[in-house]
Amino acid sequence: MDDRKCECGHTNPVGTMLCESCGKPLDSRQQLTAETAKEFPDMRYEGMARRSQTYSKTVIDKIWNFFSSVKIAIYLIIITLIASAVGTIFPQQQYIPVPVYTEPEIENFYTSTYGTLGKIYYLLGFHNLYSSWWFVTLLVMIGTSLVICSLDRIIPLYKALNKPRLNQHESFLKGQKIYGSMELQEDKHDLFPRAAEELKKKGYRIYQEGNSLMGEKARFSRWGPYVNHIGLIIFLLGVLLRNLPGFYMNEYVWVREGQTVAISGTPYYIKNEQYTTEYWKEDEMPEKLDLQGGVIPKSYQTDAVLYVNKNKSLPGAEPDLQEVARGPIVVNHPLEYEDLLVYQSGVQEMQLGALNFQLIDTKAGNTPVGSVKLDLFETKPEQQVADGIKVRVLDYYPDFFLDASGKPATKTNVPNNPMFALEITSDKEPVKEKLVYLRGSIITEKQDQRYTLQIVKPDLIDISGLLVRKDKAMPIIYFGAFIVILGLVMGFYWQHRRIWLQRNGDTLHLAAHTNKNWFGIRKEVDHLVEKLELVMLIEQKKK
Amino acid sequence: MDVIQLSDWLLNIAFLLYVFSTIMFVLALTGKRWGKRSPQEHEERFGKIAYYIAVVGFLAQACYIVTRWIAAGRSPTSNMFEFMAFMDFCIILAYLVIYRIYRLTVLGAFVIPLGIIMLAYAYVFPQEVTPLIPSLQSYWLKIHVTTAALGEGILAVGFAAGLMYLVRTINQERRSKSTTWLEIVLAVVLMLIGFIVMDTSFAHSNQKTVFELPTQAQNNMGQMVNQQVVYTMPAIVAPKDAKLIQAGPMQPLFEAPGWMQGKDAARKLNTMIWSILSGLILYGVLRLLLRKRIGAALQPSLSNVDPELIDEISYRAIAIGYPVFTLGALVFAMIWASEAWGRFWGWDPKETWALIVWLFYSAYLHLRLSRGWVGTKSAWMSVIGFVIILITLVVVNLVIVGLHSYAGV
Ligand code: HEM
Repeated sequence: MDDRKCECGHTNPVGTMLCESCGKPLDSRQQLTAETAKEFPDMRYEGMARRSQTYSKTVIDKIWNFFSSVKIAIYLIIITLIASAVGTIFPQQQYIPVPVYTEPEIENFYTSTYGTLGKIYYLLGFHNLYSSWWFVTLLVMIGTSLVICSLDRIIPLYKALNKPRLNQHESFLKGQKIYGSMELQEDKHDLFPRAAEELKKKGYRIYQEGNSLMGEKARFSRWGPYVNHIGLIIFLLGVLLRNLPGFYMNEYVWVREGQTVAISGTPYYIKNEQYTTEYWKEDEMPEKLDLQGGVIPKSYQTDAVLYVNKNKSLPGAEPDLQEVARGPIVVNHPLEYEDLLVYQSGVQEMQLGALNFQLIDTKAGNTPVGSVKLDLFETKPEQQVADGIKVRVLDYYPDFFLDASGKPATKTNVPNNPMFALEITSDKEPVKEKLVYLRGSIITEKQDQRYTLQIVKPDLIDISGLLVRKDKAMPIIYFGAFIVILGLVMGFYWQHRRIWLQRNGDTLHLAAHTNKNWFGIRKEVDHLVEKLELVMLIEQKKK
Repeated sequence: MDVIQLSDWLLNIAFLLYVFSTIMFVLALTGKRWGKRSPQEHEERFGKIAYYIAVVGFLAQACYIVTRWIAAGRSPTSNMFEFMAFMDFCIILAYLVIYRIYRLTVLGAFVIPLGIIMLAYAYVFPQEVTPLIPSLQSYWLKIHVTTAALGEGILAVGFAAGLMYLVRTINQERRSKSTTWLEIVLAVVLMLIGFIVMDTSFAHSNQKTVFELPTQAQNNMGQMVNQQVVYTMPAIVAPKDAKLIQAGPMQPLFEAPGWMQGKDAARKLNTMIWSILSGLILYGVLRLLLRKRIGAALQPSLSNVDPELIDEISYRAIAIGYPVFTLGALVFAMIWASEAWGRFWGWDPKETWALIVWLFYSAYLHLRLSRGWVGTKSAWMSVIGFVIILITLVVVNLVIVGLHSYAGV
């Protein structure tokens, strides 16, 4: 006998488990009685044929079946979960507390801080786990699985849900988890209208055909998981999109007070007019705290100006800056201009900005002649100190050290350890003297120089760290997240419920099905039985 | 009395009421053969009393939140104490809602004690009203933290019901893998209690041990000095290469391994050891008193409960909590991270663990729906899920330090 042809005469597609027309289980081996009803096919897809259950010959079928399997999905989720946890055992490279710039330095950090385990962690690449090829592959596989499992099920489910299951085969009704039946003694004409009335009160929609009645509610909730999976797909797409050029830009700039810097890769410049850190004052705190002399920061703020360079498209032209936005940037409140966002992200406070000196004339009783300012960032090659007296900068090393061959050099461009070689000239008398500033002291070339420098308080400045970001994928990511939540709410806060009443001759069958919350539907069934004054024992099958 | 004091008192009152409520629940379940009433009537009556006491406790705690909010001028969800207290509030809230649906008395006998433990754990942290540091100054703080805590609170009810299912159904006649694991879960609960008891009792005794570390840090005056660590609990384990400068009640027995980094690592290890020890002692005492497995001792009190109903309650709680958790701990967190740090996701340990919790419950839902994992398997999953939440709250906050860590113990 052809399995696909049901006794009701309907021919079903290959793979169908419950006849599309009458709901009778189709597997000929399974002659369902009330006793074997436990083996009643799963109602999840309403017994509809799914591609993955039907074909398994070609490679494409095999791949399709692999990705549409929920078992595989669960494995993927669990592997991702474990991998994510492994990534938190030691800090990821981006969270290393000390600055590291080169691979050996990174390796050294993990080895010296965490010993052998740290070394293994580093060698396995777990210090950059979340951007590793295999972790990204896992996410892509979850995405693929989401797409394929949705395609595999959406159409069968749509077909099944769109056609109310009325006039079902007895074995369909008996196979339901909640089921009861009774013999109708007298002819109760008003039974179905009253049932319809009661069910409507509970929010059910009524379908009726001859001797069969079905109340259904919240069918849409069956779409919840699909909506949420589509949301996840959109979300993951958004995340992938950020890897395309133009979608995502992320620049970190350090800007000194008063400085204007170009934001690379954009026509924008940003100026730090002033940086301030505020601390909570004692009278502002709701409760007196013992901070042991410490302080709690209240705000980090950069007053910034954003400019656009009008001459960006003219190669070699001087920048022509035009102000486009201005305002304070504080944590949690970035500066916005079109799709550009500038965040307050870090600060280096009280950094050396300029060294200050008094020029002393030793021949004139150590009298001060004038003041010298050596800016550590924009050093003037020469400055006039007093009438006819000039100071020239011969050499400047911001981060001074002696290299392997013993020559002076600079480690970085950051003035951590500034060293100046200076020359002082005077017009009046032919004086040309040299001296060196290093680590807070002055070294003169000759013993009895006429001019020397006396160190006075340096200029301290704040350097503000600003994060400049452009993320065109953000709306997609948020939209995906919104769809996820929408799907979850649909799927979990409503449940698809159906209650069937069917009369076959003198027998009245009552069956109920829901995808979730059996407790809830059971209460409604009991309520119905009570209102209709049915003498019926409702059985609820155990799983 | 000022407002802060008032709010502290309200929380203490809530705590006491939860304790009374638990006592009533225990009486409801154990005292069935007293007096003239039928066992069912007895359980119903005492269950009702217990429920209403819990409601009053809940109201007191709600007033605590309102008064503390007024006093602080910001939402009371900004440090570890406030967060744990708020999460406790959410557990009770979730319980009250689930109780209204299912009307199952014994549920309270498991959930309310869980709430008490969470609240007691909150008291371990400094209780002062601290002003907000810049990164917390955002209305997303309240939105994100409250929703995430609510989600975790509802999932906690799923855990309590799952645990009930295991206590009810595991065969206690013979020792088996299941009975052993159940005892382990119960012992872990006792360790948490042990930690709370140890911490509160030593916090007020003046038995401090002070070590000087070999590492240096800048003090308030800008000078480099050797760091010091103060233990409130007696020192079993000393920091590596540290000098004892003030002896406590006992000599340290050994040094922490060298790979345990950070100023406070050894002290945290010491606290952990004490918690485990005290939990095990509590467990041993209980075993001696009961003369059987704790699971076996608890089982009779649940004999009237339909296991399928508890299974459904556990699942329902998780089904309700999962979307809330997704919204609060992931979506709102992303929006806030995007505003505060300029990135919606950064694989910070706290963020990663929220993702882990979420993935775990996703696996739970798929297993339950598609592979028919109901009953025992599902109950174990709900227990493991809550253990992961606890890891997120306790271990990640205290041991792994990230951007999110509030001030720790
Ligand atoms: C991180 C990724 C995933 C999340 C968060 C997720 C979430 C969910 C949720 C919340 C449900 C509803 C469960 C319930 O109603 O109890 C669900 C159902 C489902 N998920 Fe996923 N899922 C994910 C990945 C996948 C993947 C990769 C597949 C591919 C096979 C899949 C297949 C299914 C199926 C078949 C259902 C049942 C749908 C139905 O009721 O008709 N899920 N998922």
